Amino acid sequence: MSVTVERPRPLWRASERPAWEEPPTKAGLGAKGLIIALCCLVVLGPLWVVIVTSLSPRHVIDSAGGLVLWPEGITFVNYKELLSGGQVSRAMLVSLGVTGFGTLFSMVVSVLAAYGLSRPGSFAHRALLMALMTTMFFSAGLIPTYLLVQTLGLTDSYLSLILPSAVSVFNVLVLRGFFMNISQELTDSARIDGAGDFRILWTIIMPLSRAVIAVISLFYAVAYWSAWFNAMIYIDDPAKLPLQNVLMQLVQKNTALPTGLSQRVNAGELSALGLQMAMMVLALIPVAVASPFVQRHFKKGMLTGAVKG
Amino acid sequence: MALQAQRPPRTAEKAVRRRERRRSGTARPDARKGGITWRIRLRRDRTLILMTLPAIGLLLLFNYLPLLGNVVAFQDYNPYVSTNGITAILHSPMVGLEQFQRMVEDADFWNALQNTLVLFLIQLLLFFPVPIALALLINSVVRPRVRALSQAILYLPHFFSWVLVVTVFQQMFGGAGLIAQILQDHGVDGFDLMTDAGIFKYLLTAQMIWKDAGWAVIVFLAALASVSPELYEAAAMDGASRWRRMWHVTLPALRPVIALLLVLRVGDALTVGFEQILLQRKAVGAGASEVLDTYVWSTGIQNGDFSYAAAVGLVKGVVGICLVLAANKFAHLLGEQGVYKK
Repeated sequence: MSVTVERPRPLWRASERPAWEEPPTKAGLGAKGLIIALCCLVVLGPLWVVIVTSLSPRHVIDSAGGLVLWPEGITFVNYKELLSGGQVSRAMLVSLGVTGFGTLFSMVVSVLAAYGLSRPGSFAHRALLMALMTTMFFSAGLIPTYLLVQTLGLTDSYLSLILPSAVSVFNVLVLRGFFMNISQELTDSARIDGAGDFRILWTIIMPLSRAVIAVISLFYAVAYWSAWFNAMIYIDDPAKLPLQNVLMQLVQKNTALPTGLSQRVNAGELSALGLQMAMMVLALIPVAVASPFVQRHFKKGMLTGAVKG
Repeated sequence: MALQAQRPPRTAEKAVRRRERRRSGTARPDARKGGITWRIRLRRDRTLILMTLPAIGLLLLFNYLPLLGNVVAFQDYNPYVSTNGITAILHSPMVGLEQFQRMVEDADFWNALQNTLVLFLIQLLLFFPVPIALALLINSVVRPRVRALSQAILYLPHFFSWVLVVTVFQQMFGGAGLIAQILQDHGVDGFDLMTDAGIFKYLLTAQMIWKDAGWAVIVFLAALASVSPELYEAAAMDGASRWRRMWHVTLPALRPVIALLLVLRVGDALTVGFEQILLQRKAVGAGASEVLDTYVWSTGIQNGDFSYAAAVGLVKGVVGICLVLAANKFAHLLGEQGVYKK
């Protein structure tokens, strides 16, 4: 629905600065660039080292005495080992499954709720909205929640990783704010043509809200992918642990390795450090790949959330 | 009913009214004050309510129902009676305020509380200004491509899990990490920031800044984008320098956002880095790292002292709500909006 205005390209860069603004000094520009470059380096540097080390063969890691700063000979052997069966492959599948199903479930519930609450003046609108928003200000506490999950018999079930954290009220409110901004005439005309609420939601609201739906899906997906605490307290069976928890075991016991690989490390074929780094990369790849795609929608989504939330 | 009368009539409502008029046969039944009855509104909006129910149901089950479970804080809960919590609660003796009395006399609790408050203050002082400074910096960048790229890079760590962030820090600053490795090559041994209890709280704050400071910039950038350029222009015409414009135009524009975020942060003061600390608790020991949330976890889930842990959690929750209300009140006193309106 938005109208894009084609602006003429500026003849030279300086014209992007408004006329009344004094031209920047060279030192100021340099300092600014340096600070920004440093900030980016602080973020990217460690990731670079981790990725390079995960791609290095054993002898390079050994001669570097640990982490590798510059790649010499790239090998995917660490990834191949981790993904060819065993604990890590299994954990990866669990994480992907929980993230996939969880995000789908959360999105269905959230979009429905957001649409259901998007018409002020509908029946019980205020009460339902209050019931939703109040939960942002209190939490029942860890122990009662734990006892509840136990009572429901969800321990050791993947449902315990999805259901307790399925609804994020903040996300629902952002969606609702976006839905409320869609012009009333569109939905009214559809209603006059005989469309029900489900149909209006599916054929009018959803296609118009692709941006915010992409952003909120990413938020949910990242939350499910990064979660490890629920798995730690609710899941006992090691075969059901998600990737983050397997990685956590590496963090807490620095030397622990995924089962089955330590023999080959001892035999000198693989590097323990390389395997660890490869696991880290596996854990960060999905979010690092997905987030730039929805990045351009972030500000829009956050803005409506901030205004309407 | 009074509320209904004030509402502007809507197309859907009109349709219902028209149908109702046809059915009842009267000329204008809605001519009387109050408009349509709740029964008709319920019929009209039943699909909307139906759509809201799954979310409300989940919240009732996982957010409201556990509130009742706090009754174990007044019991001597015995988890071995049954794995069914309701049976176990019914079979556990009520002990009144005994758990709370234990808490007051428990040095570990006070230690956790102290760590929580100190950590909150450190984070408030060191973390809070970083996104504001970053936002001002990014906002002053003119070239759109540099702007977009630096934003994309700075947002990235927000999407990493705490497990990943802690692992990255361990690989950089740990005993076997990159810096220790470089120092060792130059003959300096024993560098390890990750197990140093003395600087642990600053380490946590550094991790937090690395992960979330870039992301927090978004809110401030949005606020900065909404400042009308005419204000800057007028100030510049009146001879205000760059810094004076920042002081007199930019900062006042950021004030409501800063107030809102401060209120939210103070309201959440007792919640400091639970997952993050849990991951590193072993490395530095409970004395330096235990906060209220991890204390609830370790006494309750780890040691099985459910009633005592629930009591600690309940106190934390009640104090938390009071803090939200107090912080909001304070924001109102300062003339800001806060989380909810007056």
